[in-house]
Amino acid sequence: MRPALIVFQKDPMTESFAITKFSDLANPTRFLALTARILPWMAGITALLFVIGLYLSFTTEGDYQQGDTVRIMYVHVPAAWLSMMCYTVMAISAIGTLVWRHPLADVSHKAAAPLGAAFTLIALVTGSLWGKPMWGTWWVWDARLTSVFVLFLMYLGLIALNRALDDPSRAARVSAVLILVGFVNIPIIKFSVDWWNTLHQPASVVRLDGPTIDAEFLWPLLVMAVAFTLLFFTLHVAAMRNEIWRRRVTAQRRMAARMAGKEE
Amino acid sequence: MSHTFYIAMSYGLTALVILSLIGWVMLDGRARRRELAELETSGIRRRSATHSAGETR
Repeated sequence: MRPALIVFQKDPMTESFAITKFSDLANPTRFLALTARILPWMAGITALLFVIGLYLSFTTEGDYQQGDTVRIMYVHVPAAWLSMMCYTVMAISAIGTLVWRHPLADVSHKAAAPLGAAFTLIALVTGSLWGKPMWGTWWVWDARLTSVFVLFLMYLGLIALNRALDDPSRAARVSAVLILVGFVNIPIIKFSVDWWNTLHQPASVVRLDGPTIDAEFLWPLLVMAVAFTLLFFTLHVAAMRNEIWRRRVTAQRRMAARMAGKEE
Repeated sequence: MSHTFYIAMSYGLTALVILSLIGWVMLDGRARRRELAELETSGIRRRSATHSAGETR
């Protein structure tokens, strides 16, 4: 018998299962057992990173031109990165739905959509609040802003689609196709500032020749980016767990109704 | 601090959205956990749970 890497105690909500290889996590019951163990740690580390990130965000120097408005960057940029990363996670899950027809992949992209919408909303609102004092306008229909707004609408559309279809596996397949078609928008968002003449500035952190911003701003930005990313994964894992429970409740209620029907 | 309104609004709205997300995920989880516990107490279990001797699947 192969040795178990992780062995969990039996719990009525999670049950007991040994995880001996990575593919075992694809089993929803084993996934639930893992979430029970890792979620408190993920939440704790996220909170700690936010404390450090917020401290750095308000104690480092302001920019010589932008002044203190540069502090908006420490929430705007991580949210914008996450809006694209969340969609990429959904696209990978969509492949899992269409190629392997795996229920956990269905659960993953369904649970991620509201999170992606929230982070995109943060990016749009904080960008607007940064644009007004620096550009002199709340909004322009340039390629970067418009493509991010389209991403926000796509998230809302996917949430609506998932809620409109009763059959979860059918909803997952239709959503997966739409997610993969919509993925074309991600490189458009990333390279919009290079391909078109935009009011939004080009990339200054993720570039082939290295970051072009001063370390004074880079450190709080990176700590906040890691905090936001960990927050996303914590919420995603928790939302996936909730969705698995929701499906179990539905299945068990259906089973109870069938049993009641037989008794009559 | 210059432009306090814009900075405070940015951080305030970000906090509002993130706290709403955390609250929603936590409340949703609590409600599902309660529903599963109610089903358990009324004797309705998953087919695999009723068949298994505890450790299989």
